[in-house]
Amino acid sequence: MESWANVIMKKAFKHGSQNTIDQLKTIGRELSMGTQGNWLSSKEYLDLVKAIGEAKSKAEEESIVMAEIEHLKKRIMEPDVPRKKMKEYIIRLVYVEMLGHDASFGYIYAVKMTHDDNLLCKRSGYLATTLFLNEDHDLIILIVNTIQKDLKSDNYLVVCAALTAVCKLINEETIPAVLPQVVDLLGHPKEQVRKKAVMALHRFQQRSPSSMSHLLTKFRQILCDKDPSVMSAALCALFDLVSADVKGFKNLTASFVSILKQVAEHRLPRAYDYHRTPAPFIQIKLLKILALLGAGDKHASENMYSVLMDVIKRNEPGKGDPGSNITNAILYECICTITAIMANSKLLGLAAEITSRFLKSDSHNYKYMGIDALGRVIEINPDFAEEHQLSVIDCLEDQDDTLKRKTLDLLYKMTKSSNVEVIVDRMISYMRTLSDAHNKTEIATRIIELTERFAPSNQWFIQTMNQVFELAGDLVPVKVAHDLMRLLSKGAGEDDEEADSLLRSSAVESYLQLLAEPKLPSILLQVACWVLGEYGTVDGTHSADDIIGKLCDVAEAHPGDNVVKGYAITAITKICAFEIGAGREVELIPECRSFVDDLLASHSTDLQQRAYELQVFFGLGADLVRKVLPVNGSGEEIEFDRELPFLQEFVDSALANGARPYLDENERLGVDSGMSSFVSSSRSHHEPSHGLRFEAYETPTAAIPSGSAAAPSSLLPDFEESVTELTRSVRNQTDSSQVDLLGPEVARLRLDGVQRKWGRTSGSSQPSLAPTPASEQQRRDSGVSEGASSNKESSPAEPRHEIYSSSFEGKKVEREIPAEKQRLAASLFGGSSVQKGSSGGVKGGVKASKAAGNVRPGEKGVPPRPAAGSGKKKNWSAAEPKQASSSLMDLVDMSGDDSLPVHDAKASYDPFKELEGLLGVPSTAASSTSVGLGKSTMDFMSLYDSAPVVSQSASSLAGDSDVLSLSHRRSGGMDGANGVEGGLIDLNILPSLSPLAGLGELAQSSSSLSPSTGVSDKKGPSRQHSLQKDAASRQVGVTPTGANPALFQDLFG
Amino acid sequence: MIHFVLLISRQGKVRLTKWYSPYTQKERTKVIRELSGMILSRGPKLCNFLEWRGLKVVYKRYASLYFCMCVDTDDNELETLEIIHHFVEILDRYFGNVCELDLIFNFHKAYYILDEVLIAGELQETSKKSVARVIAAQDTLIEHAKEQSSSLSNIIAQATK
Repeated sequence: MESWANVIMKKAFKHGSQNTIDQLKTIGRELSMGTQGNWLSSKEYLDLVKAIGEAKSKAEEESIVMAEIEHLKKRIMEPDVPRKKMKEYIIRLVYVEMLGHDASFGYIYAVKMTHDDNLLCKRSGYLATTLFLNEDHDLIILIVNTIQKDLKSDNYLVVCAALTAVCKLINEETIPAVLPQVVDLLGHPKEQVRKKAVMALHRFQQRSPSSMSHLLTKFRQILCDKDPSVMSAALCALFDLVSADVKGFKNLTASFVSILKQVAEHRLPRAYDYHRTPAPFIQIKLLKILALLGAGDKHASENMYSVLMDVIKRNEPGKGDPGSNITNAILYECICTITAIMANSKLLGLAAEITSRFLKSDSHNYKYMGIDALGRVIEINPDFAEEHQLSVIDCLEDQDDTLKRKTLDLLYKMTKSSNVEVIVDRMISYMRTLSDAHNKTEIATRIIELTERFAPSNQWFIQTMNQVFELAGDLVPVKVAHDLMRLLSKGAGEDDEEADSLLRSSAVESYLQLLAEPKLPSILLQVACWVLGEYGTVDGTHSADDIIGKLCDVAEAHPGDNVVKGYAITAITKICAFEIGAGREVELIPECRSFVDDLLASHSTDLQQRAYELQVFFGLGADLVRKVLPVNGSGEEIEFDRELPFLQEFVDSALANGARPYLDENERLGVDSGMSSFVSSSRSHHEPSHGLRFEAYETPTAAIPSGSAAAPSSLLPDFEESVTELTRSVRNQTDSSQVDLLGPEVARLRLDGVQRKWGRTSGSSQPSLAPTPASEQQRRDSGVSEGASSNKESSPAEPRHEIYSSSFEGKKVEREIPAEKQRLAASLFGGSSVQKGSSGGVKGGVKASKAAGNVRPGEKGVPPRPAAGSGKKKNWSAAEPKQASSSLMDLVDMSGDDSLPVHDAKASYDPFKELEGLLGVPSTAASSTSVGLGKSTMDFMSLYDSAPVVSQSASSLAGDSDVLSLSHRRSGGMDGANGVEGGLIDLNILPSLSPLAGLGELAQSSSSLSPSTGVSDKKGPSRQHSLQKDAASRQVGVTPTGANPALFQDLFG
Repeated sequence: MIHFVLLISRQGKVRLTKWYSPYTQKERTKVIRELSGMILSRGPKLCNFLEWRGLKVVYKRYASLYFCMCVDTDDNELETLEIIHHFVEILDRYFGNVCELDLIFNFHKAYYILDEVLIAGELQETSKKSVARVIAAQDTLIEHAKEQSSSLSNIIAQATK
């Protein structure tokens, strides 16, 4: 009867959903009659399922379920519910919970049911609890006892049920309660039990590795179990163990290999076949483990070669046959293993072959796997990508979102400077289609990373960043915005003021346009405000009132955003200051007035202070204002002298007067930790170790009153006293020194807070340069020389030319449909091969040889001048070593005969070190300054000699404290609120850098050394340029002049 | 490892859920809503994988039911696809030409079977025969136990009369 009903039901069901509902009614009724004997199917339950199945809308379903919950609540609480009924209630609860409703009122009944002696009820109880409870639920503790009992049961089915529950329910605290029993079960005669016990142990291992450490050998023994299912269960655990500690399991490599060999040779029982493939799931597990063991281990890898070949051969389908899913799954896993271990060329060839087959397949699944495999293969053999460029582009343009993303992942992996524009362009257009935050953040991070690493031009960088800000908005980390500001203030480089101001003007225009849009993320507004404040009026196309009006609009449109407001008011301050500095009368427009008045009464002290500062400016003379806020001053260096040498005298006299010497933080901490460990050790007597205990309580022993308990209390105040004393003395020091230095001004300047006090002192050495002055200086000079040499050619036009050509190229990619793919392919893959002769390759080649030529003069002891065009220095990007080396690899490849000097450059180029050098503690003598630069006639080697003199003069400039504090305020920008200042620290634009004397000679020497200069100049700036220039300047910095020993050490030490 | 298994009908109705990683009830509802929206809207020719919140969801449609499994990113998608198929074959063998209604009315049995195939988010048994054997043993034992208990309760009932 039942089977008959089933048949009808299935027929009806397959017929279509609309008809089904009517027929369901009748069938359900028949079914309920027909299955009376079934223990579960009561009429009520069937009615419920039916009603939910027939529900026309979500709301209707909801109301049915709610009614059911109410019903169950009432019924389940009745006393003496018969067992069978209760079981049904529980199953109905599971159903309700599965539909997404809260059934927590019934959890306790499910737990209770596990206590039942009846196996049937017990299993239902376990099923319900495993479905209801997470491992951290409070009720778990009630079930532990039952599990303990059931694990000892004679009936293996009870043990199995308990073990299934153990896997889900036992948490870190309760592991010790069941662990010994589970371990005992490893010797159970039934393989089902052994298998589940192994899985349970695996779960324990994941939860709490520490409690399992003594059982590691057990897992090895289980591997030899005579039952394949138990062995395969052990593989799960071993995979985790091996990935945690590869070394410890190296000796198992041979065993794994021989197991895989046996499995592949079909030695396991037929029952383990899956679609005629021998135990594929076990094979895949083994391949995964082998990948871990073979990674970076030549010897282990060699042992695997033959078995891998064997597995591939057995699973490789015939010609024209796509192969079954499962064989392909194994083959894919083989690729993963081959690319992970140190494979031989034959295996790699096979992996490439399989990858090709996947990529050429019609199935989207295989294409997806192919793209993934390709990503793995090209990490070993980058040239391989070329063969498949068209397939990759097909996948990129596929309508399948998953495939598209996977392809973008692949492109991300193979991005270099030659194809970054195309790839980032793709990513951005993909980002436009996204809506969920998770994906957006991920792709935005990638775009930013690629842009920072490979950006071909600053203009492009800024444009890309704006797009990212616009699309991803507040998902972008603030640091990125700061980098962008830094770049703008730093400009294209050191020489090309015109290009810089063009860049800035275009930035101002683009932000003015952007601000017209109704809804913008806060971070973009911040950048916009900063740019408008800094450069809004510089080129003269916009009047101060215009810009101020815009800024007020921005602030007004975002009343809740204090950060944006802060940026806006600071920007207004700057613009006013520029106006005043230029000697013009400034009359604030009415809306600005009201805005400032608002801020003066703001709850935020930060905003208030900014507003007050703005007011102060109106009372100051033009000269003073010009000094405080010079136009385009944000690029200047702010130097922090953490040693505070000006306090030395005071400290000395204080010490002479008997003050305690300053304790280093570590020393203080050392005292502290010593004490705390002492305290804890004396306390540990009384405190029980945490965690639950499941054995019976021991008989209490009398607590030993610890004699040392009093000691900490006597120690503590003493220590505290010393600390407070210390801090007091330190505070005194700083305060009084402040007074010394500042005199009458101090009352007003207190506003700035302590931080600013430190800052101001460094501000006092405002004109002094970065801590690696020598190299910086030389770089600057070299930049100038470049400017000098390239100005003769076509330097100002170059950036534009570059942009034009790139956008042109981009347009072409969009337009031509048939040739489009080819072109895209070329732009994506072109850089990867020299032979292809793509434009990137040629460009790179020319530049590389030039770089080589340029480095050469270093041998003569004369700091060389890279004769590059207006290539950009890249220290604004957080360049990474990987990037550097990869690009340099290109250089080396392409420059052939000149490779030796390039190697030098490579060795000496390290962006991190460079940054470190810029930010580090200043070295004492070598602080050459802009004042030094001013003496432009000086031979620049002699700068080193004059450095001490210069720094003296610099510090003597530190007189006017008022000006300096304000200047610090300006160049610090939003430091109070946002810490931009950290980002701005290494800006080192010297506003009016004039070409230095003596450069002509050097330019000559460099151009004579690199005959290809002219050619490359026409090519415009590029990544190679900048790299090469950096390399050269590194080289310069490294020349052991004695003036920069620290840098020398940094690089080679 | 497998983080969860979902069975959703073409109409987006949940037929079975099993969670191997901890998710609160709220998260579960959200996950189901999110995923059913994503999966049901995908065309038949597209690939059976989804990248989702740093994990991967592998799904396959059988008649009107979607079987979905959520795995780690470094898991083999094709293998997961075959695990789904493995599970379906076992269901098919047990119910004899399984259909959605079998699962609707006997979802607890589907859970028992799933517990024999997967445990703690890992594939536990790759032999269909041995899964069938265990399930059959449980069924007969349960029948047996039921008879026993009913006869026992009869005896008690008679004795107390």
